[in-house]
Amino acid sequence: MSNRTFIMACLAPLLVFSLAFLALPLVRLFLASGEGDAGWAIYLDILRKPRYLNTLILTVLVSLATTFAALAVSTTAGMFLVRNRFRGRGTLLSVLTLPLAFPGVVVGFLIILLGGRQGLVNQLTPNHVVFAYSALGLFLGYLYFSIPRVLLTVMAAAEKLDPSLEEAARTMGASPYRVVVDVILPGLMPSLIASGAIAFATAMGAFGTAFTLATDIDVIPMVIYTEFTLSANIAMAAALSIVLGIITWILLLIARSLSGSTVAAGG
Amino acid sequence: MLSSKTKILQLIVTLSACAFLLVPTILSVMAGVTANYFKGISSGLTLKWIYRVWELYADSIFLSLWLAFACLICTLIIGLPAAYGLARNPGWLSRLLEEFISLPLAVPGLALALALLQLYGSMKGFRASWTFILVGHVLYTLPFMVRSILAVLGAMDLKTLEEGAATLGASPWQRFRDIVVPNAMPGILAGALTVVTLSIGEFNLTWMLHTPYLKTLPVGLADSYASMRLEIASAYTLVFFVLIVPLLMAMQWASARAQRIAK
Repeated sequence: MSNRTFIMACLAPLLVFSLAFLALPLVRLFLASGEGDAGWAIYLDILRKPRYLNTLILTVLVSLATTFAALAVSTTAGMFLVRNRFRGRGTLLSVLTLPLAFPGVVVGFLIILLGGRQGLVNQLTPNHVVFAYSALGLFLGYLYFSIPRVLLTVMAAAEKLDPSLEEAARTMGASPYRVVVDVILPGLMPSLIASGAIAFATAMGAFGTAFTLATDIDVIPMVIYTEFTLSANIAMAAALSIVLGIITWILLLIARSLSGSTVAAGG
Repeated sequence: MLSSKTKILQLIVTLSACAFLLVPTILSVMAGVTANYFKGISSGLTLKWIYRVWELYADSIFLSLWLAFACLICTLIIGLPAAYGLARNPGWLSRLLEEFISLPLAVPGLALALALLQLYGSMKGFRASWTFILVGHVLYTLPFMVRSILAVLGAMDLKTLEEGAATLGASPWQRFRDIVVPNAMPGILAGALTVVTLSIGEFNLTWMLHTPYLKTLPVGLADSYASMRLEIASAYTLVFFVLIVPLLMAMQWASARAQRIAK
């Protein structure tokens, strides 16, 4: 067997598998989106019908809030952990990356333990605060799985920053605030955009967390699920899946071109 | 050094983030071993909820372990030769293929599951068997295996090594077995641990693909969150943690090691 044939034979199983279980199903999904009563105008319906449009807006808003909160928390913690060496640092780092392998449903359950009817906050406060099933609960759930993802990307970039630049800025009389804004943030910018895109895409597509928490509010993955299972509106479920898939795919493409990291968008 | 005030602020943010991630986890572990969570820890510690979980959900735990194992075998059979093929044949076509098989990282599992259901949902025998879930898991974990091995192979001078072996008369298969596989080992190990960890925790695809007779661990978790008392749900989550946390740590260790070697 020649070299060339051997290499081609090596790629064959991958080609067959991804053709059968990725390419063809996605083509079928796309075709299914046009097979409803509305035809291809179904994509306009997403923007025209208040139910879908409002859901889309809410999903984007919660995801944006998650992204900025995760960036703020993880950049602060990440810079602190990169620049300081102390006892217990490894433990803190382990705790902060622990949720990486938690499925979205488990994260949802953990938020219920914090803010549900039998939750910690409800037990500690006198006037029965239950927030797990609101947009706030969803936001906290998304934040929970976004913190580790953003942290890892930002820390990798922060390791490469040159501390002498900050030193120079300080000796020239820059305040800590100016050092952060003029030296540290510009240096971290590519990784901030990349990890922000990852956090946003993950929050947009998060199904498991929404499945446990979003009993009262609608986000896109939940609407896809209910359109498919309860309403049997397969065309709309397919159309929303396609739109959501394209959004998250483009965002992660941007993220990867900026940081080259591979992070799963589960949740 | 930043001023000490800034530093204290950073420390507070870091510790708050840790507390936010850790406190609910501890609550869940405690609730799983407390006789009555509503009354609190004073009601006594017990293992009876863990036993209940075992009675109710042992099947789901074994199914998840079996699926993770089968998924690992499949991703190795498909991913190892593929990573080698991609490493030996660089160019835009390989880049495109790598990009394409990485789609399941970006496209939500829900959408992929819908696509699989649209195409194969009517094949009753396939739809109702555990292999249908396996396909979803392989789809989702395969890019991790391929990229992990590719990163290690890409960092070494594969061509020179192989040419050396070829002049000594080694066939393509011998070179693959004796040069590529041993050298790719750190990548294979990191990829394997990632595949197993992700497969055991996979929910988004599995929830759509599973049948009432085939529940995986995360599907069972969702089921217990919706219909069981808090103590049983927590005990079940505790079982999941015991399974996943050591895997996660091993995975992080192996990935860091593979990255060091790739550099």
